[in-house]
Amino acid sequence: MHPAYSVIFFTVSSGTGYGMLFLMSVLALIGRLSVDPWFTWPSFVIAFGLVTLGLLSSLLHLGHPERFLKALTQWRSSWLSREGVLAIATYGPSGLFALGWLFFVTDAQNPGPIVGLLAVATGLLCIATVFSTSMIYASLKPIPQWFRRDVSTGYLSLSFASGALLLGAIGAITGATAGFVSAVALVGLIVAFVIKARYWRGIRNALPTVTAASATGMDQGARVRSLDLPHTEPNYLQKEMGYHVARKHGDKLRRVSYVAGLGVPVLALIVGLGSGGGAAIVAAVIAAVSGHLGIVVERWLFFAEATHTVTLYYGAESV
Amino acid sequence: MTDLPSKAPARKLGLVIDLDTCVGCHACAVNCKEWNSGGFAAPLTDTDPYGAEPDGVWFNRVHSFEADTHGKGRTVHFPRSCLHCDNALCVTVCPTGASYKREEDGIVLVDEDKCIGCKLCSWACPYGAREYDANEGVMKKCTLCIDRIYNQNLEEAQRVPACVSTCPVSARHFGDLADPESDVSRLVADRGGRPLMPELDYAPVNRYLPPRTYRSQQSPLNATADSVEGKFLQWVDRLLS
Ligand code: SF4
Ligand code: SF4
Ligand code: SF4
Repeated sequence: MHPAYSVIFFTVSSGTGYGMLFLMSVLALIGRLSVDPWFTWPSFVIAFGLVTLGLLSSLLHLGHPERFLKALTQWRSSWLSREGVLAIATYGPSGLFALGWLFFVTDAQNPGPIVGLLAVATGLLCIATVFSTSMIYASLKPIPQWFRRDVSTGYLSLSFASGALLLGAIGAITGATAGFVSAVALVGLIVAFVIKARYWRGIRNALPTVTAASATGMDQGARVRSLDLPHTEPNYLQKEMGYHVARKHGDKLRRVSYVAGLGVPVLALIVGLGSGGGAAIVAAVIAAVSGHLGIVVERWLFFAEATHTVTLYYGAESV
Repeated sequence: MTDLPSKAPARKLGLVIDLDTCVGCHACAVNCKEWNSGGFAAPLTDTDPYGAEPDGVWFNRVHSFEADTHGKGRTVHFPRSCLHCDNALCVTVCPTGASYKREEDGIVLVDEDKCIGCKLCSWACPYGAREYDANEGVMKKCTLCIDRIYNQNLEEAQRVPACVSTCPVSARHFGDLADPESDVSRLVADRGGRPLMPELDYAPVNRYLPPRTYRSQQSPLNATADSVEGKFLQWVDRLLS
């Protein structure tokens, strides 16, 4: 599948934003969300900013962005529609949660029942929204690398980990979270990459699901080779769904993703947890920046390594 | 509404395509383009049509394959268009309600006034039946020529899809596949018509008739080498060579 930058940016950016909001709501519920305005203001502003920028970028790749309200109507059948509805719905409770926390809560241990309820709603809606994003892909049968359960767990865990990395960096810079969030990020990142490692092994070892024989109605098991294409120049189908990264390059990028997304951040976070002051800040920032780089590469691979059954008509013998 | 019809459509209009007789002439694809350039989903935008990188929207594309059938390789020409699936995921993934499947005849269509051009339906179609019109910012697809098959201004014999009417070898057949007595249903039963990619469970309405098994694939001369006729022909052959 063609790795469109707008969609990569959208999923990574909104994933981080929702991960931050989710973690902040959990921290609020367990009494560990700082009330220091130097921490809370940038955290909320950045989280909402990332979510909003991501959503805007996803609108940009539409043919008719001005009709986007229509996309909220088919939530009964369409995960894309559900995602839109949930993304907008999340602004309500999470916005009120943020306002409550910024203006009314003075004691982190005792935020009061209303803010507590808003935090619960925020956390649940963030999970539901990211889950819907993942299901847009995981419900597509023609793409075997996406039609899998671990697509959703991958999206959810990476969203959590990337949110924790960024929140950890803000916490370190402002001195508000004293390592706790960084420890959460460390665990989250390891879990996320274990899921991704299993996913990558899974798609590599998966047996072909459809063959060119089945795509053309020939006898099962018959060898079917493409001889002539209907057209000389690539068409929409080939440009949109024919893109596939060579395995060699894929493996190289996977290593980049492991090093930047997992190796560097884990080392930096451990160093940061063991030290204090300036070193901890530098470590948390390095972890966040490098981690996001690795996740962008992971997202690029998620698209570039996905194959569509339409390629069976354009030269592939199985997908 | 992008929910599929709650009950199975009373009629399932669709195509039966004969891969045995199709000669790969692309006439159906060209006539499809011609008719639909002025039809329900018009225009079928072309970009850079006479330049170095021509591109454009087509609803019907003819591929050629080499297939091992009955122990022999043969060329199979394969026209590909929308199969008007009963279990059309292209419809259910659509966030806007632009894609829909009609209850009365099962035809799958796009309402271009509602389409936001998210392209998700084209990802959801295993068969590549949907092509995005970047110029108009909306998705387009085969309409089963709804503007012909119900068109009172055409003579009755003309009320078939453009691709069907134009095929010089009658490799394309149009009819109601829900009616077991229809010509197309009988053809499918006689010739063992197949759905494409049945493992994905889209329940396509269109069927493809696989290449026939031929009684003999040997040349007539060899087949009768021992017969009187064969001996005579061999004698003629020797005499003339
Ligand atoms: S062939 Fe593709 S576009 Fe046509 S109904 Fe089936 S899934 Fe939809
Ligand atoms: S491109 Fe149009 S028809 Fe297709 S899913 Fe999106 S809104 Fe629906
Ligand atoms: S039925 Fe009409 S729109 Fe569909 S492929 Fe045939 S000519 Fe084209």
